Amino acid sequence: MSLSDISANLLYVAFFSYLIATFVFGGAVKGNKEGSFKSEGKWGTIAFVITLFGFLTHLGYFFTRWGATGHAPLSNMFEFTTAFGMTLVGGFIVIYFLYKTPVIGMIVLPVALLIIAFASMFPSEVSPLIPALQSSWLAIHVSTVVIAEGILATSAAAGLVYLLKVVDMNKKSKQRFWLEAIMYSLVLVLGFVIVSSYFTATGYEAEFTYVDVKGENAAITYNMPAIFGMNEYTQLTKNTFTPFIETAAVVNASKLTTVAWSLLVGSVLYALIRLIARKRIAALLKPFVKNVNLQLMDEIGYRAIIIGFPVFTLGALIFAMIWAQIAWSRFWGWDPKEVWALVTWLFYAAYLHLRLGKGWQGEKSAWLGVIGFAIIMFNLIAVNLIIAGLHSYA
Amino acid sequence: MDKMQCTCGHVNPPGTVLCESCGRSLTEVEQNKKLVDMRYEGTARRSQTYNKSIIDKIWNFFSSVKVGVSIIVALLVSAAVGTILPQEQYVAVPVRSDAALEAYYSDVYGSIGKVYYFLGFNDLYNSFWFIALVGMLAISLIVASLDRFVPLYRSLKNQRVLRHSSFMNKQRIYAEGSAAPDSMEKAEAKLKELKYKVSTDKNGLLAEKGRFSRWGPYVNHIGLIIFLFGVMLRMMPGFYVDETLWIREGETRAIPEAPGYTLENKGFDVETYTGENEEAKFGEALDRVGTVVKNYQTDVVLYKKPEDALPGETNLETVKEYPIRVNQPLKFDGYAVYQMDFKKDELKTMTFALTNKATSESLGNMTIDLINPEKEYTFDDGSVVKLLGYYPDFSGFENGEPQTKTPLPNNPGFLIEMKTPETPNGETSFITIQNTVEPFGDNDYKLAFQSVETRDVSGLTVRKDRTLPILGLGGLIFMIGVAQGMYFNHRRFWIQQTADGEIMLAGHTNKNWFGLKKDLDQVKEYAALPAYTDQQEEIEKLEKEEAELTS
Repeated sequence: MSLSDISANLLYVAFFSYLIATFVFGGAVKGNKEGSFKSEGKWGTIAFVITLFGFLTHLGYFFTRWGATGHAPLSNMFEFTTAFGMTLVGGFIVIYFLYKTPVIGMIVLPVALLIIAFASMFPSEVSPLIPALQSSWLAIHVSTVVIAEGILATSAAAGLVYLLKVVDMNKKSKQRFWLEAIMYSLVLVLGFVIVSSYFTATGYEAEFTYVDVKGENAAITYNMPAIFGMNEYTQLTKNTFTPFIETAAVVNASKLTTVAWSLLVGSVLYALIRLIARKRIAALLKPFVKNVNLQLMDEIGYRAIIIGFPVFTLGALIFAMIWAQIAWSRFWGWDPKEVWALVTWLFYAAYLHLRLGKGWQGEKSAWLGVIGFAIIMFNLIAVNLIIAGLHSYA
Repeated sequence: MDKMQCTCGHVNPPGTVLCESCGRSLTEVEQNKKLVDMRYEGTARRSQTYNKSIIDKIWNFFSSVKVGVSIIVALLVSAAVGTILPQEQYVAVPVRSDAALEAYYSDVYGSIGKVYYFLGFNDLYNSFWFIALVGMLAISLIVASLDRFVPLYRSLKNQRVLRHSSFMNKQRIYAEGSAAPDSMEKAEAKLKELKYKVSTDKNGLLAEKGRFSRWGPYVNHIGLIIFLFGVMLRMMPGFYVDETLWIREGETRAIPEAPGYTLENKGFDVETYTGENEEAKFGEALDRVGTVVKNYQTDVVLYKKPEDALPGETNLETVKEYPIRVNQPLKFDGYAVYQMDFKKDELKTMTFALTNKATSESLGNMTIDLINPEKEYTFDDGSVVKLLGYYPDFSGFENGEPQTKTPLPNNPGFLIEMKTPETPNGETSFITIQNTVEPFGDNDYKLAFQSVETRDVSGLTVRKDRTLPILGLGGLIFMIGVAQGMYFNHRRFWIQQTADGEIMLAGHTNKNWFGLKKDLDQVKEYAALPAYTDQQEEIEKLEKEEAELTS
């Protein structure tokens, strides 16, 4: 077995460990009748040990892949996103050591699972580095960013637990709507994973030619039945799906099709859950957070940000600027990825001022923590895949 | 407004809430509160004191946290909107003009692009209003910091050991009760052991730890201001150089904005991954995406004019030979030269044969250097070809005159006159690639194309940025300030004992009350002090009970 095979297998082990740990944490939380989180109980410990084992194999994946590729495995969408899943779990492990809170694990682990599954939808073969990435700053800059984002995401998890407890799911409110919207968007990611896996497994391919923005002929391969067609497309592969709608040249209809399929499958899945459970997903999770200590969740959410914010500043702004000066001759160029790192930083700066200066604690703080995570995910997904720039990897 | 003298005799600046010295409440509102507001030690902040003149109003505007956060959010939102469509610097238009850019946005992105351009989002980060927002942020950083730092500093400097009982019993952590006569000494010893700085006065003590953490926010704001100042400084001449240098293989050129330095291009190379040997592991990826570039490299020699060179002297000292690669710029004397771009296979020379059209007999070859062509080319038999006109990037005729689009030899055109022993009057011909025009009728001779030589051109960027140390300093100070303010906290205890043994104790921290209580628990146990209460928790408990009763 080659090093890269070992690496891939370790990632599988990590994935399944997290999957098992999720359910054990769920059981631990439901079984915790006393309602005190210092007494985590036997099942909490077991779940934590499984998580720790998964995290170690995840680290194993990371370093064996580093050995196999010859560079820090942080250079494309698959590698970065997988590492983000790892640091998210790492952030939770630190929090668990400090506060013994199985309920955070019950939220973090499924999200980490979704992130790893999302990552594996991107090409994962060992790929060479372009000249701009050949630098030791790749390891320094990107690893600092991914660690910072893992820590900041832990804050969102604590915020989510807080909201699940305080938001009244029986009364119509803005809060109820948005909390459920978060749940729905997580289901959409699952929809993306399902639909991508299905069409990859069945080997669906449809080739088209089209006219691009510059007015030149270009070719494209769809890996999903085309809902949207490229500008002035011609269908080359027989017996494939004919697009419903043709789009303008500026739209990448292939990516739009992926989004549409994910929305479709995710929404069907969500509808099924609602039909079977006859409850909102957030309401389904309510029993798990019944005994949550709100003050503790608020504290964790804040702690994670005061640790994550300086690390993020260092990684996503300072190290980023140093490397940009070396590689691109300027420390700042308003590239979309740079701008979104700044947006993320400004957002957390606003969070800290609101919390420390205006006394925004508790629910307001929890909402901000969750929004911060949404910004990080936007930077990861939309900026890489939709808004093209120097940092586009996939 | 007048200065405020406290009953203890200390004269406070107007607007003070708690006496800087003894801590008595100086306003009626404060006197009626259950707990004192310790945020800024009850000091007189300018923004809370004056609100008359226009300067007061501006000061108060910028010192407000609400305004500061609003500016941050405005910057955040507009910066994000600026990424929806590409910025104009990343847009490819043949000729850079406002009209061309406007047309580009509306052609490619339709009405959204039109609106985007109209609102100035196409060049958002250089737009007046974006820069104005950053400027407002800088002002807010300075004003808000001064408004808080100055009085806070004064107050902590003037604080005295013995505080008034109304100050003590309105602290969040408070204890009173009798204790043994040696309690004070024991408490002092324990507090010193816990690394508190203890000062005593008559029957009281003040123990303090981590005051420097109070300056954290101001330190990090100073870091940010230094950073923004550094960015502004780049607009000053001499601080910042950003030039492009296109240099052909074999050429030596002066480095723009770097007097005395010249650079020779020994050769340019693009290397791609082969997928063989050690790169075999990349095979799968290369099959999927096609070619991937491994290296862009220009081998250069840097020369310098000697310091003592006479004017007109052409001797150059070799400074160094260096392979410039992406991520490995050439550095010298504060400058850096980067590998940024390249052009493969630019035409270098073209070789023609002077040929008799009828017999196809060649009189010999001539080679035209496309950068520095000669005026005349002479052949062994005395024939001469004169170059009447050279159009390196021929783009067509205008009023019968051949035109060149650029000075680069992309599509060379030659207007020539050929004189041979057979045609002593000369024949004129206009030659471009694969096309010959004979404007004055059929010629007997022609220049038959033989071969070309090509070479690569390196696109280098020359930079000097003397603001970098300032930016680095700003970043460093910011990080220090953040760590200082976030990971340390300012803890204080005030303890007094009256002659009859009664102890009064108060504690305060700017954050992490849990840590403060842990310290106090140790002191309390060691010195047998009375039990303390967290008065804020008491108040919250009471409020909760009241709320439950009323509902």
